Amino acid sequence: MSRYFTQDHEWIEIDGTLGTVGITDYAQGQLGDITFVELPEAGAAVTKGDAPCVVDSVKAASDVYAPVSGTVTEANAALADEPELVNTDAEVGGWLFRLTLSDPSELDGLMDRAAYDAYVAGL
Amino acid sequence: MKLVSDTYDHNDKTLADEPEVLTLPLDAWHRARQGRMVEFAGYWMPVQYDGEGGGIIAEHLWTRENAGLFDVSHMGQLFISGEGAEAALEAVLPIDLASLKPFAPRYSLLLDDEGGILDDLMVTRWREGFYLVVNGATKWDDIGHLREALPDDITLNHLEDTALLALQGPKAFAALERVVTGEWPLSALTFMKGGRFMLAGVEAWISRSGYTGEDGFEIAVPADAAPAVAELLCQQAEVRPIGLGARDSLRLEAGLPLYGHDLSPETSPVEADLAFAINKRRRADGGFPGAKRVLGELAAGAPRRRVGLALEGRQAAREGAQVFHENKAVGVLTSGGFSPSLGHPIAMAYVETAQAEPGTALEIEVRGRRLPARVVPMPFVPHRYYR
Repeated sequence: MSRYFTQDHEWIEIDGTLGTVGITDYAQGQLGDITFVELPEAGAAVTKGDAPCVVDSVKAASDVYAPVSGTVTEANAALADEPELVNTDAEVGGWLFRLTLSDPSELDGLMDRAAYDAYVAGL
Repeated sequence: MKLVSDTYDHNDKTLADEPEVLTLPLDAWHRARQGRMVEFAGYWMPVQYDGEGGGIIAEHLWTRENAGLFDVSHMGQLFISGEGAEAALEAVLPIDLASLKPFAPRYSLLLDDEGGILDDLMVTRWREGFYLVVNGATKWDDIGHLREALPDDITLNHLEDTALLALQGPKAFAALERVVTGEWPLSALTFMKGGRFMLAGVEAWISRSGYTGEDGFEIAVPADAAPAVAELLCQQAEVRPIGLGARDSLRLEAGLPLYGHDLSPETSPVEADLAFAINKRRRADGGFPGAKRVLGELAAGAPRRRVGLALEGRQAAREGAQVFHENKAVGVLTSGGFSPSLGHPIAMAYVETAQAEPGTALEIEVRGRRLPARVVPMPFVPHRYYR
């Protein structure tokens, strides 16, 4: 398995053609207290750059962009009652949705962990 | 995702007018306390504090249970004096100064000639004149408006060397009483009363007032003494510094309108449910800007009104969202967000008067979906003023 990162602070963990998407720990720290997550439904088709998911913090609603194109297979049901999981466990238990990739070559433009960490350090 | 934390308030008009962001007397103090600084009303201000006890929800709940210290030095503090100042001020504001006792702040409104709200403010009679506290984002326009409207022999001083702090919460009295001395005990101040006290070695103007719905105080001190005052207050076990984020969620729960959002030149006092700010004598006599419209609406009602809305579920609706009643657009949100105290989203909206009664079922459109809401009385969280 391997994990990729976007400049917009999403992560995607790849297992074969299945990807799990979330926001980074850095992003949740910037957003502050998360009170609600609007999740996509299974079966929804998403295109890279779409915003199938919205994270509400006390301050504002923020779009989460799809790092790649594909079809949503599942959303993290635990977030309905515990949206704060995105704050406390952004990069594991606070995952947002899963999708099957329609074009794995879209991963080529994304960053690995080291590149993302360097990117954040420069912000 | 786009991270929005670098500017807290995208609707703040002053940002475009004054691109240079200014610093306030407590700037270094906030940064040393891990304040997350954002642009607000043309100044760097803390939206929240990082580290233990920080974060908007934690700061909000701390204020409701203990005491929070807010830096509101961005607000405009003005002093109006000179012979005839009382009559001159009554020509500009719908306030009855004849009934205004010394050292007792009163809420008022700066209106344009059409009855639109230019700002909301507090007016206090001091010995030599009148002390006004106006909003930070509007203070430069207010000063221009007042200079234009007041006769030349009336003096308007902008008290730029005075910082303003607010200490709010059920334990604010205990914390402040421990560190002030004065001619009177602090307990002599009830809600909307003020006086001069000594605090951290300097003279402070203190009034029992605020913007959270809690008991609390607003404290004006010389700018150079502000860090020592803030430090002394935060050394009290009940007190933590609180950022702008919690200030906004606290005032929303308290049903208090925010200028530039819930109030604007497009809203009138009656629409805004602020008719109490049009004092009785002025209703009878008129003679203030916008009197024709305001008195007309007091008699006949306004076509729309500011109301509180409670939402089901957890998804918040924000400023600008459309409000529907049985598929007809009847209004728009002017503030909205998650209520930390109540655990569900709340909002303020202007809706057609026919839909303004508490209990009315409405819908709010958020990202193409309609969220159920109902009109509820404000405040959302009961006020706990010390009367």
